[in-house]
Amino acid sequence: MFSFEEKVIPLDTWITNFIDWLVEGYRWFFQILKWPVEVTLTGIQQGITALPPLLVIAVLGIVAWRVSGIKLGVFTVVTLIFIGLLGLWEDTMITLAMVLCSVVFCTLAGIPLGILAGRSDRFEMALRPMLDAMQTTPAFVYLVPIVMLFSIGNVAGVLATIVFALPPIIRLTSLGIRQVHPELVEAALAFGATNWQVLAKVQIPLALPTIMAGLNQTIMMALSMVVIASLIGAGGLGAPVVLGLNTLDIGLATIGGLSIVLIAIVLDRITQSMGTTKKQN
Amino acid sequence: MAQIEIKNLFKIFGTNPTAGLDLVRAGKTKEEIHEQTGLTVGVQDASFTVNSGEIFVVMGLSGSGKSTLVRMLNRLIDPTSGAVIVDGDNVMEMNKEQLVAFRRNKTSMVFQSFALMPHQTVLNNVAFGLELAGVDKTQRYERSMDALKQVGLDGWEKSYPKELSGGMQQRVGLARGLAVDPDIMLMDEAFSALDPLIRTEMQDELLKLQDRHERTIVFISHDLDEALRIGDRIAVMEGGRVVQVGTPEEILQNPADDYVRAFFRGVDPTGVIAAGDIARDSQPTVIWHTPQGSPRATLEMLNNRDMEFAYVLDSERRYYGIVSTDSLRSAIEQGATKIDDAFIKEAKTAKVDDSMQDFLPEVASHAWPIPVVDENNIYQGVVSKNLFLRTLHRAEENAHFAE
Ligand SMILES: Nc1ncnc2c1ncn2[C@@H]1O[C@H](COP(=O)(O)OP(=O)(O)O)[C@@H](O)[C@H]1O
Ligand SMILES: [Mg+2]
Repeated sequence: MFSFEEKVIPLDTWITNFIDWLVEGYRWFFQILKWPVEVTLTGIQQGITALPPLLVIAVLGIVAWRVSGIKLGVFTVVTLIFIGLLGLWEDTMITLAMVLCSVVFCTLAGIPLGILAGRSDRFEMALRPMLDAMQTTPAFVYLVPIVMLFSIGNVAGVLATIVFALPPIIRLTSLGIRQVHPELVEAALAFGATNWQVLAKVQIPLALPTIMAGLNQTIMMALSMVVIASLIGAGGLGAPVVLGLNTLDIGLATIGGLSIVLIAIVLDRITQSMGTTKKQN
Repeated sequence: MAQIEIKNLFKIFGTNPTAGLDLVRAGKTKEEIHEQTGLTVGVQDASFTVNSGEIFVVMGLSGSGKSTLVRMLNRLIDPTSGAVIVDGDNVMEMNKEQLVAFRRNKTSMVFQSFALMPHQTVLNNVAFGLELAGVDKTQRYERSMDALKQVGLDGWEKSYPKELSGGMQQRVGLARGLAVDPDIMLMDEAFSALDPLIRTEMQDELLKLQDRHERTIVFISHDLDEALRIGDRIAVMEGGRVVQVGTPEEILQNPADDYVRAFFRGVDPTGVIAAGDIARDSQPTVIWHTPQGSPRATLEMLNNRDMEFAYVLDSERRYYGIVSTDSLRSAIEQGATKIDDAFIKEAKTAKVDDSMQDFLPEVASHAWPIPVVDENNIYQGVVSKNLFLRTLHRAEENAHFAE
């Protein structure tokens, strides 16, 4: 038995059977899960691609200028024009839509989960191994089940992205809540705060810079999934990279990769400044 | 008239507190129980009444259960057993809503660490209790401005807490407590974090406020002077028990046991008063420690000011040494050019927590006031012979008062 020449534990078969069973019996359930993501993504994508590019550039430039400064504003505008001139405008908009959609769902789920984890040790303990697994499991591993349950395309790409990008915002929200000095919570309670008031008037405002740092990380992780999501048929800036990889078109792969990096820099700087302005107030 | 009544109040910290309760009732001590079960007895069998309109001081050493006791009055800490009755209502029996209403309307609290909201202005901090209670904006700002005026902080309403000194921050804390116009104020070592001068000032302020509008105040302190100054009645706590309750005079004349006696007069004042408590930073000459600071220039300056000694510090107020006109002169004669060469060799410092006993020899045997430094060698002030004697005298007066 211990010569290890044969497979003794057919775990792979069991998992295959389990997924098959899930797909056959519960596909409807996963289609329901998929539905809100699909609607949101389609909405964002249609909206953003319907806008004239110059308007998008102007709006993003102004946002960057307002939250950070004129330098970032100019950098944003130049970057976007450059990407447009590379012929990757539409891919960029799809990527932005997918990132935005993932981040919306990560925020909607992540902040409440983070708050619960921040206020309950037991919940945090239960959550932590799951978050560890989500962050450390190589994305390739769950691409197959995601494809089987949700099929391929942009929506499946967004779902894979959500799995990967959700942990930081949960972790940092929880951390932010825990960092609030206990005597401030005590003072609020002493003056007759309800649980909700403690949360809304003390814990969340004081945790906000940390929560924003979590949002920033979540956005960055979502962007880092762009190429992997393209492996399961998602569009956007990952597509030229994957195509370039398959056809050994080094030029195409490079401009795709370069655009991803540039977009990452822009989004990183914008969200980081949002975090620090909040801190100063 | 009794406003707060506490009956057989117990608090045991740990996972199975009722087990601890049985052990306490069986007469086991706090230490035995901790050893046996890992439970901590916070407060055991406390019973007393607080009359309306009085300042009731709860005094005891650190860890004696004062903070736990005061937090059970508004149930920030839930008692393990016993009753807290305020104006006839049992606080222990209140449900969540009643408790929130009780905290909003009946009580307010002032904390040792101030516990101000750093993201809010002074005005919003003062208005915090009213905001929680849903008082509308105009009214709550009006009442908060009034409270700020009462503590002498009008004009600061737009500042943020971190822009204020410790004393001013605690005035904000006090104003926050006053703004809700409570019947009962709970103050947990409210002035302990302030330095001695400011502390006395705040005690006066509290007495003045009390003159204008009498409230029931439960004031926690570990400071005998403070308790005697502001307390109408004092409860002394030891190891979770309330060992004596009475007016200052009653307790001083009839201490219930050795612990209380020790607290009030058994102790030699020179053994309890520390250098940091009495050091003054007003009169001595301070010069900066720089490579260029020459003995000659320093000597000239001392002569001009008709002073004999100067204390040498750097820009972070780190202490280097003492020079005197004599030491400077002999250094110059020997051709020294650096101030360090003129330091008085036998000069020693006192640490902030050295007791008067510890540095008595130092004060007695030298002409210069003894410099006091903290653990990082940062200069805190000096203790002169004169100051030393005056402190002793005052301590003795207190002791006479005790007899
Ligand atoms: N949350 C807690 N858990 C366990 N033990 C505690 C807790 N709070 C206080 N204690 C213990 O209860 C005792 C009384 O503490 P406390 O009321 O803070 O004393 P004081 O305010 O007089 O310094 C101490 O032995 C302390 O260690
Ligand atoms: Mg305490």
